[in-house]
Amino acid sequence: MTSERDHVALRPEQATIPPGHSWNRLPVIGAVCALLGAVGCAILGPANPKQFFFSWLVSFMFFLSLAVGALFFVLIQYATQGGWGIVVRRIGETTFATIPVMAALFIPVLLGLHDLYEWSHAEAVASDALLQWKAPYLNVPFFLIRAALYFGCWSFIALLYYRHSRGQDATGDPAVSARLRRFAGPAIIVLALTQTFASVDWIMSLTPHWYSTMFGVYFFAGAFVGFIALLSVVAVAMRQAGLLDTVISPEHLHDIGKLLFAFMVFWTYIAFCQFFLIWYANLPEETIWYRARMEGSWMTVSLLLMAGHFVAPFFYLMGRTVKRKGATLAIGGAWLLAMHFVDLYWQIMPTLHPEGVRPSVLDVAAFLVVGGCFVTATGWLMRRQALVPLRDPRLEESLAFENV
Amino acid sequence: MPFDPLRSLSAMPLVNRLPTGPYYGILAEFATPADLYHACERVRDAGFTKWDAHTPFPVHGLEGAMGIRRSPLPWIVLGMGLTGAALGFGMQWWVHADAYPLVISGKPYLAWPAYIPITFELGVLFAALGAVFGMLGLNRLPMHYHPLFRSKVFERVTDDAFFISIESWDPRFDASATGKLLESLGARSVELLET
Repeated sequence: MTSERDHVALRPEQATIPPGHSWNRLPVIGAVCALLGAVGCAILGPANPKQFFFSWLVSFMFFLSLAVGALFFVLIQYATQGGWGIVVRRIGETTFATIPVMAALFIPVLLGLHDLYEWSHAEAVASDALLQWKAPYLNVPFFLIRAALYFGCWSFIALLYYRHSRGQDATGDPAVSARLRRFAGPAIIVLALTQTFASVDWIMSLTPHWYSTMFGVYFFAGAFVGFIALLSVVAVAMRQAGLLDTVISPEHLHDIGKLLFAFMVFWTYIAFCQFFLIWYANLPEETIWYRARMEGSWMTVSLLLMAGHFVAPFFYLMGRTVKRKGATLAIGGAWLLAMHFVDLYWQIMPTLHPEGVRPSVLDVAAFLVVGGCFVTATGWLMRRQALVPLRDPRLEESLAFENV
Repeated sequence: MPFDPLRSLSAMPLVNRLPTGPYYGILAEFATPADLYHACERVRDAGFTKWDAHTPFPVHGLEGAMGIRRSPLPWIVLGMGLTGAALGFGMQWWVHADAYPLVISGKPYLAWPAYIPITFELGVLFAALGAVFGMLGLNRLPMHYHPLFRSKVFERVTDDAFFISIESWDPRFDASATGKLLESLGARSVELLET
């Protein structure tokens, strides 16, 4: 038994960032970006707090959705006992390990509660029958309790999986995988419920009169596409940087590309169904949300999403060669990552600027802060850990993986 | 079977025409999947193009050992899918906006979102039909008779024997030299089959 456990498919030095490698500087680069962004926010924010809070919410939701998407990616692999993706699982684990950082980055949203959410104003609720009806759910104390619950659940699941996976690197105990597998099913249910309600609380309630029963799954679809897009970019970047270039093969890139294509189509399916049913039924309380996005320059963004989040990547990612070559896959991934940001911007910003698209320097500054913190956290973790779960019982299966 | 577009076109599925000649080809039997795999590599490297391997179960990596090129089926499926989607959209456009313009639930005549479900369904239907019938056509199926069935040993292809058949219209085919090549690759038996 001991000799079996001591067997390593991959030596640790093949799966760590070597000293002096440029990726060791990621935490510093992230910190510099965050600092620049913070200076920008501090200078421009006080003059226009509403713009700052909305810009912050967009960037916060963007990086949070990547972490939540990563959590689902890893949980579903445990639940299905997936073998192919072990070599890229640590990228997912590193991404969702940032969730406690995301909880800290949520504080500005709480500070801007009154600037963001109409239902938090007592006088607005007092003069509005519909908001009164919704007040038992949409009120500040319950909002705070729910937010604490979401971050509590996500942090618990994320740290549990991250710690045990890291622990297995040292012990090589296959029972860890079995325990995490048993826990994955219930964890997926908790994740599905919390991210549904989180998207309702943080994005849908920006337009408190409006509702869509598909909004939770719409957020999930976007989040998962976002994470797979990030995964494709990071996996290719790692290979280019000489990290894991012998570990992650075109076979793995091919599977990442297939997931990216499939969930990009799933996002389209959900996004269109949500629009289609509301458009067809034509009920005023439902159509207001789309009406705001079909007028003026917001209609241009709507068309950009149709063309850029579906039509163009649909034909681009369809072929086999595109998915198997690093450079072409990374272009598709980077493009969809940008489109995921546009999608969230399009969901959130029309509440602030119903008159049309108004890009702001604060959008960039907030993105730099949240993104800088994200890069710092993930870069710091990557320096301290193996880039692959070294002793996972299915690592060899993943290393030898081939598409048939 | 290595794909040859000309042969596929000339041999339409319902016609079932096989090129004529005194022999259909040579059939060689191998004892194990490994023997077959290595023999396939050698037949591939010898430059044969019109030949096939027959096994009772899928042998992993055999398509690489045989040097099979990728099937053109995805292009057929894409073409059919786009045709179906265009047909579905165009049909509704013509009916609702041109031939029988009726106001339905206050929507414009050309209410494109309402056309999407049918467009999608027809696209999927045509793509699926393209996949099934394209596959049958490229494999020249249904084929009710094949010269390989003349061979008595070939009956064990669904049981425990592994075969290579090289067809006589392959440019490199030579009844005696090809037979010797297969024997040298470890064939348990080599058989010349009539057309």
